[in-house]
Amino acid sequence: MSGLFAGFYSILAWVGSIVDPLCGPVGVFRWLAPGTLLACGDAGWGDEIAYGFVVTASLAIATLPVGLLIGFFVALGKQSEERTVRLASNIYTTIFRGLPELLTLFIVYYGLQILVQQLLASFGYEGPVEINAFFAGMIALGVVFSAYCSEVLLSAFKAIPHGQYEAGAALGLHRSRTMRLIILPQLVRIALPGLGNLWMALLKDTALVSVVGLPDILRQTGIAARVTKQAFEFFGMACILFLVLAMVSSIIFSNLERWTKRAEMGR
Amino acid sequence: MSFVETMIPPQAPPPAPPKPYTLARFVGSVTLGIWLALGVGIFLTVVNGWDPAKFTKYGPSFLSGLGVTLMLVACSVVLGAILSLPVALGRMSKNKIWSWLAYAYVYFFRGTPLIAQLFLIYYGLGSFRPQLESVGLWWFFREAWNCALFAFTLNTAAYQAEILRGSIESVPRGQREGAAALGLSERIAFYKIILPQAMIVALRPYGNEIILMIKGSAIVAIVTVFDLMGETRRAFSRTFDYQMYVWAAILYLLMVELLRNIWAWLENRLTRHLKR
Repeated sequence: MSGLFAGFYSILAWVGSIVDPLCGPVGVFRWLAPGTLLACGDAGWGDEIAYGFVVTASLAIATLPVGLLIGFFVALGKQSEERTVRLASNIYTTIFRGLPELLTLFIVYYGLQILVQQLLASFGYEGPVEINAFFAGMIALGVVFSAYCSEVLLSAFKAIPHGQYEAGAALGLHRSRTMRLIILPQLVRIALPGLGNLWMALLKDTALVSVVGLPDILRQTGIAARVTKQAFEFFGMACILFLVLAMVSSIIFSNLERWTKRAEMGR
Repeated sequence: MSFVETMIPPQAPPPAPPKPYTLARFVGSVTLGIWLALGVGIFLTVVNGWDPAKFTKYGPSFLSGLGVTLMLVACSVVLGAILSLPVALGRMSKNKIWSWLAYAYVYFFRGTPLIAQLFLIYYGLGSFRPQLESVGLWWFFREAWNCALFAFTLNTAAYQAEILRGSIESVPRGQREGAAALGLSERIAFYKIILPQAMIVALRPYGNEIILMIKGSAIVAIVTVFDLMGETRRAFSRTFDYQMYVWAAILYLLMVELLRNIWAWLENRLTRHLKR
C-alpha cells in the first residue's frame, strides 16, 4: 500500500516538475534568469523560491475546503430557530473575526503543541513535540476564513426567497435534497463575489505562516535576502509572486462567475 | 327533538404540546457547552496560574504595547486618509496616465500581503542606505516604528482610496446634475452635495478598514516594534506562560468589539434622517 502511495507521489512530483511555472523546463526563472541570483539549481535561489511558491499555493488551496465547510455549518447555525445554536455560532464569529490572524496562528501553534504534549505525557511519552507548521497554519487560517465565510454565506442565504424552500417542500423533496438541489446552486451564484474577496484575503494571510517557520514564498525569499544581502530585490520578487497569484485567481474567479451565471446570459 | 339547554362552561386551553427534543437543540446545547467549558477552562488557568509578580512585571509593558498599537493605527489611518485623496482622484481622473498610475498603486498594495510590504520597506530599503543617507532620509527609515508607519500608511491609503472612489461613484448622477441645474459651482457641489452623501456610504467600510488595521498591526511585532503583540511575544519567550497569549487575545477582542459598537452607534446616529 505504501509502495502505491510512493509511486503515486513520485508521479505527482514528476508532473509537478514538468508544469512548474518557475523552474520547470518552460519555467520563467530557467529561461529569463540563468546566471543571476534567481537561477535554478545550486547557482541561484530560483528553485527555493519556486518551492515556496508551491507551498503558499498549496496551503491556500488546502485551507479553502476546511474554511468553506466550517463556514457553511456556522452560517446554517446562525439562522437556526434554536437560540442556543445561534448564540454559539455568533460567539464563534465574534472571536475569530476580532482576533488578529497572527495571534490566532500563535494560539493554535503553541496551544496545539502544549495540548499534544500534555496528551502524550498522560500516555507516558515525555519529549519535545513539534507541530507541523503547515497543519497549524491550515487550522488557524481555516478558522479565520470560516468566520468571515459564514457572514458571506449568511447574507447569501438571506437573499434566497423563502418560497424556494416551500416549493422544494411542495415537490416532496426531503430537506437535505432541497438544500442540495435548489438552495445550494443559487447560494453559490450569490455568494461567489464575496467568497472571491475572502480567497484573496486568505492568499495574503498565508504569508503570516512563514513566521512559525513554514517555507513559503516570504520565508524562502527572506532567507535568500539574508544570505545575499539584496533584500529589496528578493522581497520585491515575493510581492510580484503574490501579485501573480492574485491575478491568476481573479481570472479564475471571473470565469467561475460567468460559468455560474450562464443561465442568465444573453438576456 | 332535543336542544341544548345549558351552555358548555368555558374551558381552559389544552396544555401546549411538549416541545420535541430536536437535533438542533442537542447541537446547540453541546456547542454552547463547549464554549462554556472553554471559557471556564481559560478562567481557571488564569486563576490558578495567577502570579502577582508576573502581573506587576508585565502588566505595564502590556499597557505600553497597547498604546503603541493604538498610536500606530491612529497615525497610519489619518495619514492614509490624506494620501488616499490624490489616489482616489487619480483613479477617477480622465487622464490615462494618472488613472493608470493610481490603479497600479492600488493594485500593488491590495494584491500583496501587508507583511511582505513591511519587509520590503524595513529590510529592503536598508540596502539603499548610502543613497538614503545622501538624501538625508536615513534617520527616518532606520527606525522600525517609522518603517511600520510608512508601510501601513501606504497600504491603508490604497484601501481607503478604493473606499472613497466607490462611495463617490455611488452617488447618483442626478445629484450632480441637480446641483448644476441650481447653478452651483463644481467645487461647492462636490463639498456640499456629493461628499456628504458619499461619506454616509463610506462610513461602514471605513470602520472595517480601521478594524483591519488594528488586526493587521500585530505583524509589526516581527520587525522588533514592541506593540501589544510584540510585548506578548517578549513576555511569552521569557516565561513560557501560555496565559500571555490569552491576555493579548482578550485585549485585542476588547479593542475590536469596542470600536465596532462605537461605529454602529455612530452610523445609527448619522443616518437617523434616512430612517423611515
